[in-house]
Amino acid sequence: MSRRTFVTATLAAAALLALPSVVAAAPEAVPASLATANDTAAMLPIELNINGHRHHLQLDPRTALLDALRENLHLTGTKKGCDHGQCGACTVHLDGQSALACLTLAVMAQGKAITTIEGLAKGDVLHPMQAAFIKHDAFQCGYCTPGQIMAAAALLQDKHARHGSAVEIREAMSGNLCRCAAYPNIIAAIQEAQRA
Amino acid sequence: MHPFQYQRATSGSQAVAAVAKIPDASFIAGGTSQVDLLKEGVHQPSLLVDVAGLPLRQITDFEDGVRIGANATNTEAAYYPAILARYPAVSEALLAGASVQIRNMATMAGNPLQRTRCPYFRDLAQPCNKRTPGSGCAAIGGYNHVHALFGASAACVATHPSDLAVALAALDARVQTTGPQGPRTIAFTDLHRLPGTTPHLDTVLAHGELITSIDLPAFAGRSHYLKVRERASYAYALASCAVALEMDGPKIKRARIALGGVASKPWRATSTEALLAGHVPTEKLFRAAATAAFADAKPLEHNAYKIPMGRNLVVRALLETSGLQPLAGPAGTAFAASVGGMAGQVATPN
Repeated sequence: MSRRTFVTATLAAAALLALPSVVAAAPEAVPASLATANDTAAMLPIELNINGHRHHLQLDPRTALLDALRENLHLTGTKKGCDHGQCGACTVHLDGQSALACLTLAVMAQGKAITTIEGLAKGDVLHPMQAAFIKHDAFQCGYCTPGQIMAAAALLQDKHARHGSAVEIREAMSGNLCRCAAYPNIIAAIQEAQRA
Repeated sequence: MHPFQYQRATSGSQAVAAVAKIPDASFIAGGTSQVDLLKEGVHQPSLLVDVAGLPLRQITDFEDGVRIGANATNTEAAYYPAILARYPAVSEALLAGASVQIRNMATMAGNPLQRTRCPYFRDLAQPCNKRTPGSGCAAIGGYNHVHALFGASAACVATHPSDLAVALAALDARVQTTGPQGPRTIAFTDLHRLPGTTPHLDTVLAHGELITSIDLPAFAGRSHYLKVRERASYAYALASCAVALEMDGPKIKRARIALGGVASKPWRATSTEALLAGHVPTEKLFRAAATAAFADAKPLEHNAYKIPMGRNLVVRALLETSGLQPLAGPAGTAFAASVGGMAGQVATPN
């Protein structure tokens, strides 16, 4: 059993325990999604260019890019933290710039080059920012880490911020929260990757 | 999220026609504020017309001003050389706002059109005249520490959250639009409305009216934006101040001051501006001006702290803009714009 399978199974069991008995007795009554009964939005054919591959999906226009990545394409490296643009855990690159997948409708991400944490390494060779995060132990629980690395990797390409002081890096990274407070190591990792 | 139809606009006129004919249709571009409100159920359009692909992204440096295309991102505008050099208050306001990711997504037309951050506006369990006209205002008798000092009504005490809007108001920017009635130009200071009895209407834009550009007029003076917030970075202003100062030798020829975080629109302190014209800059003069700027403030139960905070902010912004006191960081950066905390430390230029 992989860690993901285990986590999913555990969460599903916990959810069942938490359900009111009336729903537990009639699981077919549980809606398959959060969509309401009078939903009328038609599914749209959507083409997304993710990590250099084209994906063709049929999606409700309400679908956020974050949910398309995780739920439809099973690219679960991009994390859902707050889902409201406040934590940065869902940071991806759109046309090379950092962006929030939770505040991007998938239908509006068409025609853009989307890069997720799964697309950052070149085969088995880690991106320099990934290697620097490992070297500097720049994470504890790891949940915010894909977003931190994607935001930090974009800074390397950003001509306005690529050789920043620690203060400038903190300002540029303020959209990525780390509840474990691994910030000093994150700053050290980014500074090393910027020097390389 | 309520269901909606999605259309990609093929031209400005097609987008205007598509939104104009459906009362609850909306334009969408960067989406950073709107997608959040869709998720919250606060915004429930039946049709979204995506204007992000329209050719409105160009920033053009004219001899007598800068035209910023509606779809230029906040990042693109903040680092545009002519804006950094001639209108640093705009760059400072943009870079002291939101995060890198959001600035990369948010557009220059969308930023001033973001809705209030009044917590009751976003809470469907609470009454809110801005969200549901006639339902009441939970903020007036509630926790109103982030709410308005000026221009509020018995229907609404919300403030406008945009930093950019405050800088644009001080610089007397103009908004170019196209709409069902054709194109027009709106003075930026006229774009946002006071709540009155219709707080659900944030701006004077007609339904289906699309911003095509924001124009910065010629300006030969100094400008600066200064912001106080609860966190050092990535937080809305509790109070902010934009100053545009033109000198005539040692004397102030013209000063323009816009206050943020204190009203449903950037609040121009026009009577204070008149006090400064013709005088040599001194701290004493600026203190008198700041006192005048807040003379008509009407605090609510929890926001009276904004009056001394705002006065001190105006004094500091004027001292820094006039050169009597150094900026806290390089002009045109978040460090120049931030009061206190990590972001307020001087960044070492590279």
